[in-house]
Amino acid sequence: MTEKKEKRRIVIPGEVIVSGDDYLPGDFTRKEGKDIIAQRYGLAEGDRVIKIIPISGVYEPRRGNTVIGRVSDITFNGWIVEIGGPYGAFLSLMECPRFINKNDIAEFANIGDLFCAKIFTVKRNSADLTLKSRGLGKLEGGRVIKINPHKVPRVIGKEGSMINLIKNETQTEINVGQNGFIWIKGDLAGEEKAEKTIELVAKEANSEGLTEKVEKFLGGKIKKINPEEMVKEE
Amino acid sequence: MEIPNINKNKITEVLEKDKRLDGRKLFDYRDIEIETGISKNAEGSARVRIGKTEVIVGVKMDVQEPYPDHEDEGTLITGMEFSPISGERYESGPPKIDAIEVARVVDRGIRESKFIDFKKLCIKEGEKVWSVLIDIYAINDDGNILDASALASVAALMVAKMPEYDEKTEKVKFGEFTKDSVPLTENIPFTMTFHKIKNKLFIDPNRDEEDTSEGRVTLAITKPKKEYIINAMQKGDMALFSIDELEQVVKETEKLYDKMFNELNKKIEKLMKK
Amino acid sequence: MSYTKRLDGRKADELRPIKAEVGIIPNADGSALFAFGETVAIAAVYGPKPLHPQHMQDPERGIIRCVYNMLPFSVTERARPGPSRRSKEISMITENALSGVVELKRFPGTVIDVEIMILQANASTRCAGINAAAMALAHAGIVMKEMVSSVSIGKIDDKIVTDITKAEEDYEEGEGATDIPFTISSNTHAITHLQLDGKIQTERLKEAYDAALKASKKILDYQTRALKGEKIDENK
Repeated sequence: MTEKKEKRRIVIPGEVIVSGDDYLPGDFTRKEGKDIIAQRYGLAEGDRVIKIIPISGVYEPRRGNTVIGRVSDITFNGWIVEIGGPYGAFLSLMECPRFINKNDIAEFANIGDLFCAKIFTVKRNSADLTLKSRGLGKLEGGRVIKINPHKVPRVIGKEGSMINLIKNETQTEINVGQNGFIWIKGDLAGEEKAEKTIELVAKEANSEGLTEKVEKFLGGKIKKINPEEMVKEE
Repeated sequence: MEIPNINKNKITEVLEKDKRLDGRKLFDYRDIEIETGISKNAEGSARVRIGKTEVIVGVKMDVQEPYPDHEDEGTLITGMEFSPISGERYESGPPKIDAIEVARVVDRGIRESKFIDFKKLCIKEGEKVWSVLIDIYAINDDGNILDASALASVAALMVAKMPEYDEKTEKVKFGEFTKDSVPLTENIPFTMTFHKIKNKLFIDPNRDEEDTSEGRVTLAITKPKKEYIINAMQKGDMALFSIDELEQVVKETEKLYDKMFNELNKKIEKLMKK
Repeated sequence: MSYTKRLDGRKADELRPIKAEVGIIPNADGSALFAFGETVAIAAVYGPKPLHPQHMQDPERGIIRCVYNMLPFSVTERARPGPSRRSKEISMITENALSGVVELKRFPGTVIDVEIMILQANASTRCAGINAAAMALAHAGIVMKEMVSSVSIGKIDDKIVTDITKAEEDYEEGEGATDIPFTISSNTHAITHLQLDGKIQTERLKEAYDAALKASKKILDYQTRALKGEKIDENK
């Protein structure tokens, strides 16, 4: 490990992150001469390959992502779904796990309803969704909240440690969309607590001692999770 | 993005039990912050935050001819914009009906309460009077822009100073202020909007609650002596209000007035001394 | 009498007290405030998002759409609300000042909305607006090759000064006042926006650019610090 990189730090577009022949440009950086230059606001990271981890900005759809989206329109063969970010998404009737008659589309899911779906292709300016996988489908009951999609990894935590902590302590069912939409279902007090905890995680995502803060917020009777691992988690 | 159905249902469902998703009671406001002096070039200006909702208001003065039916009184013009800066749902362009409604309701509360002493704004009867121009801008819309706009307008008026007027040239010296406040009375209007979902009433909706709301009624009230006086009302959206509900609104308004008015007034008076 | 001492006592190359902050508008994808003394601008960025109507879309790249809005009470004599020829021109030059450094090919057919509001004005409002907008774009995670910083250079009588005020704009003695707003990119030091209003000898333009470059480096430092979490307010 080089000296330059003992800690992640926030960089801004145009900033020289490191300089030297050994470094290579990764995500959202470029190399000019010996300089590795940031092309986006975020956390710079890496030993040799220097990349930027975004901390803000809209959702950028990726193949394989699980997202939560809102039906904004119905066509003759499926649903137009808002998932946030630059493009809309489409869920075809063909991608439902069971047969749905074309006349029953609105009955299965109407405008304003939510799907938890998977992106199976990203096209030029839309994403195609599928429900054909475990845990996907229309969401019923509970509530949905929105956080910045780049904070989602912190909400999930290493191997799901953070989200499991929140689920256990608030006795709720939680579904996290990689687009920043998070569905919570439980009793009223549990949902409210879970919502406020997730907002806290999103707000403090880049600060030290996040786990301690969350534990304290949830009542301080939490199984110990190694905070080192939480911070390194991505 | 518009509100998902499950959030609408949840809001409606818990409201039945007199509860709200963020833990507030039916007649609780979110935290209110008031700040003044947003623009030194304005005669008065203020910023009000209610939770994450934010509006700014500026007061400018000008001289014009009086209206023929009020030859010895100043005039008031109120404008409002849901600027696109305040949320994705707003587009630039001339103010739409929702913005016009906010401006008109705020205007009526101030005008009808006689909060501005219009007679003192007369320079020369039938010829020249002061005109008070209030401009309201939404900066971040998280629901209840209306109440925030009314409060910010009152605060901006309370800190406003009259500009210099050159009697020889009969022109306003813009940018030069006197020490005199804009003539106001004790009748400070307090504007509150009650929302209705099914048969439940509540105040200060956040974005999702406002999108779920089926109807609303706004009251601007003053308490010049012992009595509470309603100076302006506006029933909005489609839901029907029974007379019993209206009476409940009035009762809660009186309670809220007593609970909040002094505190808000003190906040503004502190800012006036700055 | 030449203009040897500035009206507000600043040195020739000195900026007014700066205010800079990001994250001021919770609804926006990115937002910022930037102030040169009594000139205060705020900016919000929404997007990239789908552009409607479809015929406005560029299939090759995204577009930036700027609206510069000077609030009626930001100036001493109330400005009429809504767009004017002036505000439309400034919106356009702001769009151009920013578009050159933004990677627009990532999301073809989309739009990035940049909304600028001038809350309080004492000259250089377009420059404060561009500075706030550049910060808001970065804050919104938009991919940018570099930042831009904007400043108004003046030639007051025969003297080149940085970040001019309204009083300096109105200076009439000697050669009078010339206003030269520049926007300069952070790495290549290229000019992304340039206007001039007044008169300047051709051989002195380089001198004005040098002053702008020097000032832009200082401004970039404020923009950078604000983006890294600092709330800067030199008025205090």
